[in-house]
Amino acid sequence: MATKTKTRTAAIPHGLTREQLLEMYRLVRLTRSLEEKLEVLFKQSKVVGGLFRSLGQEGESVASAFALNRRDDGTGDMLSPLIRNLGSMLTIGSRPVEVVKQYMAKADSLARGKELNIHITDYQRGFIGQISPLGDLIPVMAGVALTFKQRGQDRVGMVYIGDGATSTGAFHEGVNFAAVQRLPLVVIVENNQWAYSTPSKFMTAAKQFIDKAPGYGVAGEQVDGNDMLAVYAASKRAVDRARAGEGVTLLEFMTYRRKGHAQHDAQTYVDPAEIEHWASTNDPIDRYVKTLVDNGWATAEELTAIGADIDRELDEAVAEAEQSPLPEPEEALTDVYGDGPVNAPWTRHTPPDPTLA
Amino acid sequence: MATVLEKPEHLRLTEQGKPVTLLEAIREGLWEEMERDPSVFLMGEDIGAYGGAFKMTDGFLDAFGGLRVVDTPISEIGFTGAAAGAAHMGMRPVCEMQFIDFISCAYDMITNYIATSRYRGSGGVPMVIRGPSGGGVRGGPFHSQNPEMAFFHTPGLKIVYPSTPYDAKGLIKAAIRDNDPVLFFEHKWLYRRPQLREVLPNEDYIVPLGKARTHREGRDITIVTYAAMVHKCAEAAEILEKEDGLSVEIIDLRTLLPLDEDAIIESVKKTSRLLIVHEDTRTGGIAGEIAMRINEKAWEWLDAPPLRVAAADAPVPYSPPLEDYFLPQVDDVIKAARHLAKY
Repeated sequence: MATKTKTRTAAIPHGLTREQLLEMYRLVRLTRSLEEKLEVLFKQSKVVGGLFRSLGQEGESVASAFALNRRDDGTGDMLSPLIRNLGSMLTIGSRPVEVVKQYMAKADSLARGKELNIHITDYQRGFIGQISPLGDLIPVMAGVALTFKQRGQDRVGMVYIGDGATSTGAFHEGVNFAAVQRLPLVVIVENNQWAYSTPSKFMTAAKQFIDKAPGYGVAGEQVDGNDMLAVYAASKRAVDRARAGEGVTLLEFMTYRRKGHAQHDAQTYVDPAEIEHWASTNDPIDRYVKTLVDNGWATAEELTAIGADIDRELDEAVAEAEQSPLPEPEEALTDVYGDGPVNAPWTRHTPPDPTLA
Repeated sequence: MATVLEKPEHLRLTEQGKPVTLLEAIREGLWEEMERDPSVFLMGEDIGAYGGAFKMTDGFLDAFGGLRVVDTPISEIGFTGAAAGAAHMGMRPVCEMQFIDFISCAYDMITNYIATSRYRGSGGVPMVIRGPSGGGVRGGPFHSQNPEMAFFHTPGLKIVYPSTPYDAKGLIKAAIRDNDPVLFFEHKWLYRRPQLREVLPNEDYIVPLGKARTHREGRDITIVTYAAMVHKCAEAAEILEKEDGLSVEIIDLRTLLPLDEDAIIESVKKTSRLLIVHEDTRTGGIAGEIAMRINEKAWEWLDAPPLRVAAADAPVPYSPPLEDYFLPQVDDVIKAARHLAKY
């Protein structure tokens, strides 16, 4: 449904509709605004532990996950994010309120206060929580994709990894296993040029990470990670290849991490001018907005209205999360095993009494 | 949904009322679970056409096909991780470590990812990692280890280590049906020992996880042990009875995690003397944990300090005199038991 005021509207590429373009805008805007909200909560000491920002990378998270079949009945595709993929999480179906509750360690968060940040899982909506030892989710998602193949299901797995984590054995073993089995898996290397404080040049001697793809015998493609439409197109090609039984694709998104590793990291090891350069010339949201408006696919007024809706939604999410209780202490002993809670150490939570034996 | 497949001859032993070895018992258990439940599948190195390094899965590929008998690259993190992913999707994978020594390559995946999955909110991981363990076969440092204690300390895992064919079959079936990740150790010195052969029940049965078994009744000394040492201790008990008139009770743990503390305490209350015997090395071995539990909960019933017999704190050596010196022997058990009895 094109806007009636525009006389020159460019054709929308990659089979996308105008509604989808606006939905992608909503998701990327939501990602940045939610993280800004979380940062405020962090400064108020309401976020427990650390906080990770994906500033400058939100576009590729949203646009890549947008290429998946996103459903909430356990029949869609599955993804596993990294800490800087809040955008992917929101795109596949995670809700802002549950992210806020998770960061605040609330009892009714998805992980019930036992796990942090976006390490959250919902198999119905198609996301599975990563863990901190990097690379481990590559083999796990290979196993998810293996089951899609075993059951003859038309489903695809997508898993994210940073440039730093490509150095792990788990990354290699997972990609290799998936490649040998020709599993429907898309492996995304987000090259944001920093692994904590270590630049990519100390992570690999290869000119680019995508050079590894032929080594595994899989397809590989490198994309400008801050160009949302290019990311979407490459991701869609990879997903289509996976669905067609053509196996694994390794995608490398070239992007940049504009905040420290986490909130506590002041990035003193980075030249501020470099960050400023990426912020002023290569912000994924600014670029996307310009593309939408210049091509006549959206008006500035429409985008402003979407932003206002997001602000309202986030205010409500924070208010709800703040109302939620923290977990009861005894919950620390549940969910270790499926057949009941573990015992409290006898000499800690009850007075020692040898006759109890 | 379950399918009944044509069984190869070597899987018909129980059907024909013939006695089976520990290896054959596990093989039958695997086959029956795969037949019963289409979500059960196998992964590991050389388990397909070759049938596994010990021929455990010989004939499985022909019957179940490559989607259920998955030959993997040499890649312990890769296939244990993939098993976890498949388990998330409702499958029940069984991974073979070609030798259990190589499980350390997957230590991160098992302890950080798999064991914590339920707790972190990603759901239970119903999978089994099984493989040949233990010494006495001149396998050298990398084909003879008992790494159970490297995992005993990890909440979320279950650890099983059977000593008889009956238990091995019942426990592997219980492990596959369990909703938590289970490490299933198979002592390779027991795999084909003809004297362990048993005629197993023809009907479906399981041996529940977490329950110890009294291998031998006795009044004077309790020996708590598991796996190959059950048989060494039984040999020692016969000699102690004949030569010293000592009545030795042997508790076979069967499952190390969760530990059947009640069974140990009950036996200690009866005999008042405790000896713990394991083939794993001494420092940080399960004997220390058991002795401490008894210290906490049954101290007043003891007539002597608990003792242990374990392997020396060394890598497993290759040469026969070295390995025999390293491993606990019947004589060591007899000496320790006599020392206890004197108190």
